[in-house]
Amino acid sequence: MLMTALIMIGIGVFAGIAGAILGLGGGVIVTPILTLAFGLNIKYAIGASIIVVIATSSGSTIAYLKDEVLNLRVAMFLEIATTIGAVSGALLTGILNPKFLYVLFGLLLIFSGFNMIKKLRNHQGAVQKVHPDKMAEKLELNSSYYDKASKKTVNYQVENVPGGLAVMFGAGLASGLLGIGSGAFKVIAMDTFMKMPLKPSSATSNLMMGVTAAASATVYFFNGSILPQIAVPLALGILVGAVLGSRIMQRLPAKWIRIVFIPIILYLGINMALQGFGVKL
Amino acid sequence: MKPEEQNPKVAKEMDDIELIIGKILRIGVIISAIIMIIGFLLLIITGKSGYANNYHPTSFSEIFSGIAQMKPYAIMMLGIFCLILTPVLRVVVSIYSFYKEHDYLYVYITSFVLIVLIFSFFL
Repeated sequence: MLMTALIMIGIGVFAGIAGAILGLGGGVIVTPILTLAFGLNIKYAIGASIIVVIATSSGSTIAYLKDEVLNLRVAMFLEIATTIGAVSGALLTGILNPKFLYVLFGLLLIFSGFNMIKKLRNHQGAVQKVHPDKMAEKLELNSSYYDKASKKTVNYQVENVPGGLAVMFGAGLASGLLGIGSGAFKVIAMDTFMKMPLKPSSATSNLMMGVTAAASATVYFFNGSILPQIAVPLALGILVGAVLGSRIMQRLPAKWIRIVFIPIILYLGINMALQGFGVKL
Repeated sequence: MKPEEQNPKVAKEMDDIELIIGKILRIGVIISAIIMIIGFLLLIITGKSGYANNYHPTSFSEIFSGIAQMKPYAIMMLGIFCLILTPVLRVVVSIYSFYKEHDYLYVYITSFVLIVLIFSFFL
């Protein structure tokens, strides 16, 4: 009992750091470990992972808020799409074939991974050129943040709000269906579609994951999928890891975040697409 | 109002509000962490979950009657539930902060998010 608990806390700290740095919920790290290494039923792994997502989100937003990297308006506006997506996902669980979604999202992830490589080659870490966007102006989504790595304030504008909303709906759908935070999709929506810089994208994604995950977490809570002996030590480890991770993250240059992010996105994409075709890596 | 023409006073107010939100959220996280730690320590020390056959309580009545008897799993489940509520708390506090800023568009947007969230709790 004590040994398992200590291992869970350790996994939590690791997943928390990795999750906060990459803007991922940690669910994609925890679910494979619990199922493959501990032989836990996928139902309980997903239940634990949704708690992990909330702990990562709540743990790291504390750090982000203090440094004002986060864009609260973008978060709340896009949250309309993710929460509706999550509710739809929860309702659709019994009807849709999840294989179809796996393939679809796998392909989207692979596409985005290559898109990020292209960006890395062209202009590294710089603020992207954005066309003035009426909708973004009306919704007051443009903002600025203080970059600790380059030690200056970066002003940014966003564009393609409908595109971002559409991807966010998909992210919410995946979250509701698969019990993940789908942080990667949220970063894609902001970074690739809306041309928001990577750091506020990651920070905003972190906050949004918590809200989206809360929608499906209660369902898992009341149907008994959340095992306290696993979820509690994991969550406590995550809280520590997430706070550490967000501190580290702000001191990393954007280029390095991207370099770490690309292989993960590609791996997840290939993994998800293959799972859709019935192949498990 | 164009955001790039936002005056420094509004920007500072927004910063203050975000800081307050951060503090409230932090209190919420700390409270749920404390509840989880108490339940977890009790489980480690006594070596008993308080329930037979690895069962764990999932309804409020079971959880609260379990807490009255100091059952570790019941306390741990309450801690988890409090943690689930922290993002919801953040949405609630955001509505208030947008209201204080007289940003009614965002009061509506954030309220809508809260309604969807409450709706999802009853699915």
